[in-house]
Amino acid sequence: MKAAPFEYIRVNTLDEACQALSESGEHARIIAGGQTLVPLMAMRLARPSLLIDINDVEELSGISIKGEHLVIKAGTRQVKALSSEIVREKIPLLAEALSHVGHTQTRNLGTVGGSLVNADPSAEIPLIAQTLEATIVVQSVRGKRSIVASEFFESAMVTSLAPDECLVEVCFPIWSGERNGYGFQEVSIRDSDYALAAAAAQLTLDESDNCKKLSLSICGASPTAIRLRPLEEALLGKHPENQVIIEACEIIDDLIDPQADVHADADYRGRVAKVMARRAISDARDRAKGSLK
Amino acid sequence: MSEYKITLELNGHEVTGNAEARMTLVDFLRDNLEQTGTHIGCEHGVCGACSVIFDGRPIRSCLIYAVMANGHKITTVEGLERTNGTLSPLQDAFWENHAMQCGYCTPGMLIASHALLQENPDPNDEEIREAIGGNLCRCTGYQQIIEAVQSAAKKMREIP
Repeated sequence: MKAAPFEYIRVNTLDEACQALSESGEHARIIAGGQTLVPLMAMRLARPSLLIDINDVEELSGISIKGEHLVIKAGTRQVKALSSEIVREKIPLLAEALSHVGHTQTRNLGTVGGSLVNADPSAEIPLIAQTLEATIVVQSVRGKRSIVASEFFESAMVTSLAPDECLVEVCFPIWSGERNGYGFQEVSIRDSDYALAAAAAQLTLDESDNCKKLSLSICGASPTAIRLRPLEEALLGKHPENQVIIEACEIIDDLIDPQADVHADADYRGRVAKVMARRAISDARDRAKGSLK
Repeated sequence: MSEYKITLELNGHEVTGNAEARMTLVDFLRDNLEQTGTHIGCEHGVCGACSVIFDGRPIRSCLIYAVMANGHKITTVEGLERTNGTLSPLQDAFWENHAMQCGYCTPGMLIASHALLQENPDPNDEEIREAIGGNLCRCTGYQQIIEAVQSAAKKMREIP
């Protein structure tokens, strides 16, 4: 359980990180929190020849509002995002999800960007990025580009990030206006474990309590977190009573591709995903009405 | 492979050593600095036995390479005792409440609970469970650990 030998450099700027990635080919990896990369290296599932440490890069850390977006820099510790007043106020769905990411010891080093590039199919931060259609900004010596979440996550642990690119920031759209609500539901074996399945919902009700806008994603039941657009469309304009939600959620079976593992078989995982979706939608509805804190 | 010079502020003292990049902080503490209070369990971030305090917050020392900790402040279980060398109220409470049996998880449990009490001097049971949620104990069933943390918290509130 020791990593294979590698070289190490610590950089001070994003440009230095991009330069180092460009010069070292595909066997170099960025390290920030290391909370998934270090165990992967211990098990020799990852064997980079060079680690580029970006922990001293100040421009890769911080949380801010830019226009209609909440922007979290890639190297921001999960604990900082979880305890951020701005995150809690502007995107409470993300704050709620962050409390389920790992546990205290891993959140203290683990970063928001690290969770995105790791792209675990059960991870909460990618789930919220998919739900809210976050934009992920990456940079290399070739330039900067923005990737929408649905095109960033390609499969389990696979993203469209090129080997010479460094994640810069993630921009979550802020829903303005009245009568918005969110719901986040997760089942895991223990509190800090990866989710068997989790669902995130955010919706807006009109003045007659009909569903005006809805975003819903599920993680743990497909190779990546997925947005359930056909289900969203089925609920738009409807009065989201429990029975309506339950009936609409039947379509989930056709949209997901749950896999078996040591914790749950595929069928159970699929059923959990469906129940999480129902609860996330009804929580979002109740929060939009103001009947749930 | 290259060796890197690493300087830490360990339990209030500056210490220096050399390590390959692939050496984890816990191996560096134990093998190079001979501070064996911090235990190694799973070596991939599951058991929490190797927890240390890094710049004021608990982390797992098997999930960070020593070279990455260069220049940072580390507190290990050796750093919890009082300045006169006697056990801290938290350590005392672990003893009095039978919060350990084999002792393997104890350094990690002490670090996690110490970090909790620094932030929250009056935690409820749920907050204690959350704080030690990343630490595995296979002997006590956790209940005595929770009682120990409650008892220490009470004592520490009475005698600051």
